[in-house]
Amino acid sequence: MAAEQATIDPMHQFQIDSLFGSPLDGSPFAFTNSALWMLIVLGTIYVFMLGGMKRELVPGRWQVAVEGVTGFVTSMLSTNVGPEGKRYVPWVFTIFMFILVANLMGMMPFGVIPGVHAFTVTSQFTVTGVMAIISFGIVLAVGFWKHGFHFFSLFVPANTPFVLKLLIVPIEFISFMVRPFSLALRLFVAMIAGHILVKVFGSFIVGGLNAEGMMGPAISLLSFVFIVGVSALELLVCAIQAYVFALLTSLYINDAVNLH
Amino acid sequence: MDFASAQVIGAGLAAIGVGAAAIGVGHVFGSFLESAIRNPAAADGQQGRLFIGFAAAELLGLIAFAVAMIILYAR
Repeated sequence: MAAEQATIDPMHQFQIDSLFGSPLDGSPFAFTNSALWMLIVLGTIYVFMLGGMKRELVPGRWQVAVEGVTGFVTSMLSTNVGPEGKRYVPWVFTIFMFILVANLMGMMPFGVIPGVHAFTVTSQFTVTGVMAIISFGIVLAVGFWKHGFHFFSLFVPANTPFVLKLLIVPIEFISFMVRPFSLALRLFVAMIAGHILVKVFGSFIVGGLNAEGMMGPAISLLSFVFIVGVSALELLVCAIQAYVFALLTSLYINDAVNLH
Repeated sequence: MDFASAQVIGAGLAAIGVGAAAIGVGHVFGSFLESAIRNPAAADGQQGRLFIGFAAAELLGLIAFAVAMIILYAR
């Protein structure tokens, strides 16, 4: 794709292209590669869940895998929120599965098939931002629904001297309002950073093979070994970011349900 | 100094923050291991807190990376 150019643009992989239909042609909708990969992620999750929802008495391997994920999310919510956490399992499970599968889909080597470019859905701030805003909205709605205006006591720690309150309340308020940004930013930057790193070292491999002299192939080999390690690390980061997003969402829900 | 070279130097300076976040993440996991080896029975119950600390330390490094990218690709 970009191998014949002297420098490889590592940001090109995050570009959203319209596959068919574009507002420029007068069509109100554009089906982009981002939308296509979201559908692929959705289909993967659907197939994964369908295979494990047979509810057999003696679960097979697939059902154990599905039950492992659902049990993981349920236990995370029950330890962090308490007995009321069960109500929020659907949302946390949704974002956990979507982020996990979308991250892993972006890491899959679909690029070896000519003409196919893997697109990481979660590398767009719009996607992660919407998920973070919905999580934040759930926290606000639950908090005001359950506690009314008493929800504002979240910003005022109990038994604090008045002088300290003047300092702590603005800090707590800012740290509360920053939550959706930090939630979205963490996921999207982690994905972007990993993909740029892999792409830059991939360009070193190509550049090293094209270079003259003995040093080029040596650099290519070193870059290749490095890329294998980084890819393994990225798979770990994919899982950790999905886990952290779900964990922080459940912690914020805990704030709204139980105050503190 | 022209704009392009100032951009590259600024992005490089902003990338220092990523290294600082690496120290922070290493500290989080190092401290966890240190205490987990002392009391392995209590270690599993603290994994949620471990990842909260990891997420908080990592976020600042990621913000430094985002700032570097914004500086690098600013027109």
